[in-house]
Amino acid sequence: MPDNASALHLLVTADPVLFSIVRLSLAVSLTAAVIASFIGMPLGALVALTRFRGREFVVVVMNALMGLPPVIVGLVVYLSLSRSGPLGSWGLLFTPSAMVIAQTILVTPIIAALTRQTIEDLWLEYRDEFSAMHIGAFKRISTLLWDGRFSLVTALLAGFGRAAAEVGSIIIVGGNIEGFTRTMTTAIALETSKGDLSLAMGLGVILIGIVVLVSALAWGIRRAGERFAG
Amino acid sequence: MSADAVSSDLPIELSHVDIDTGRVKILRQISLSIEAGAPTVLIGPNGSGKTTLLRAAMGLIAPSSGRVTWGGHAQSPPLRRAIVFQRPVMLRRSAFGNLHYALASAETPRNARRRRANELLSLVDLDGLGDRPARRLSGGEQQRLAIARALAREPRVLFLDEPTASLDPAATKAIEELVRSVSASGVKVVMATHDLGEARRLAGDIVLLHRGTIVERAAVDRFFNAPATKEAQAFLAGELLL
Repeated sequence: MPDNASALHLLVTADPVLFSIVRLSLAVSLTAAVIASFIGMPLGALVALTRFRGREFVVVVMNALMGLPPVIVGLVVYLSLSRSGPLGSWGLLFTPSAMVIAQTILVTPIIAALTRQTIEDLWLEYRDEFSAMHIGAFKRISTLLWDGRFSLVTALLAGFGRAAAEVGSIIIVGGNIEGFTRTMTTAIALETSKGDLSLAMGLGVILIGIVVLVSALAWGIRRAGERFAG
Repeated sequence: MSADAVSSDLPIELSHVDIDTGRVKILRQISLSIEAGAPTVLIGPNGSGKTTLLRAAMGLIAPSSGRVTWGGHAQSPPLRRAIVFQRPVMLRRSAFGNLHYALASAETPRNARRRRANELLSLVDLDGLGDRPARRLSGGEQQRLAIARALAREPRVLFLDEPTASLDPAATKAIEELVRSVSASGVKVVMATHDLGEARRLAGDIVLLHRGTIVERAAVDRFFNAPATKEAQAFLAGELLL
């Protein structure tokens, strides 16, 4: 990527470096959002449907973790994956995998908390019908997740949005290595520090465009689903 | 399921049942036997305990004191009982999907579910609406779908909580015809309503509730022609029961 290139020029000329950055950004953020969904959705549903001692505390902590500072997550993951850390033997520091781990930790509480709220609301609505139909616990959870799927798309989107916009943790654990761990957000941070504000701004516009596009796609899927499934 | 098990829900006996939520007593010393036959209709002013009595008889609420038995058994899972709530919740799927779900939960054999769901749609006159999202159906159509969903369990007892509340006359007529048809098929219908005309049209016997107690129980003709209690006379005269 030439130093004086504008984002528009890079787009028009299909600059391979720019596209590799966009591709890596999407791959890392989408992978983190999907992994976080597999962890956060069942966890949120479980908390929504079970009553246990200390549940209120768990809900408060879950909500609080939505505001987890990325740099703290980055630091903890960095310490864990560094050579002297407990997971140092995995050799993942300064790789896209480390970035996925950091973003998954950031996104999971968001998806879990939003899922808990969605499922709890739906549960209040469905509770009597489930009791009348003699539906078992496992079937209740799977039904609520399925029937809440369109609302859960929003939770997934919130998670993806958080991951895509995040820079603090991935710059620590990824290292912003050109051609390997450089993403849209870390590139913007770099170009800003170099004083190339027009390129940084251009990259920002591209990033926003991608997030809006993904949101629009998910929204379209949600609307179509609601139309056909109710 | 064996024939014994099928018939085991009746009679439903409530014996000296109290139900309270904290300081408020919703039902007081209710003793009632629900047996096979024509529909039993619960009437009474708002807050008299009709819905709570239906839920207790269904087994959804445990009595605070007293006892409920189904065919002589104190513990009886609601496998052959079904209830339609006043505002039934439609699952977020098609009308057909709602029935399919109910059939699956009732453990209807997998290869019979599609046929049975279509039969139920026909029974409640919703042919052609199977693909429509259930939440997009009209109030009357949703109520009929809810009854069809309840019938998916092949219940021997069907509880209906004000099934025609806030429906227009045409939708009310359709529901009443459906209730007659279900009752004629041998299903015991126990229904709450505050519509005296509907009670007269559908009931075999009437139970009048007031302030959580049974004020009078009688066969429908006797109740309307010769009410025995002052409360029943006042209620039939359109006076407010306070």
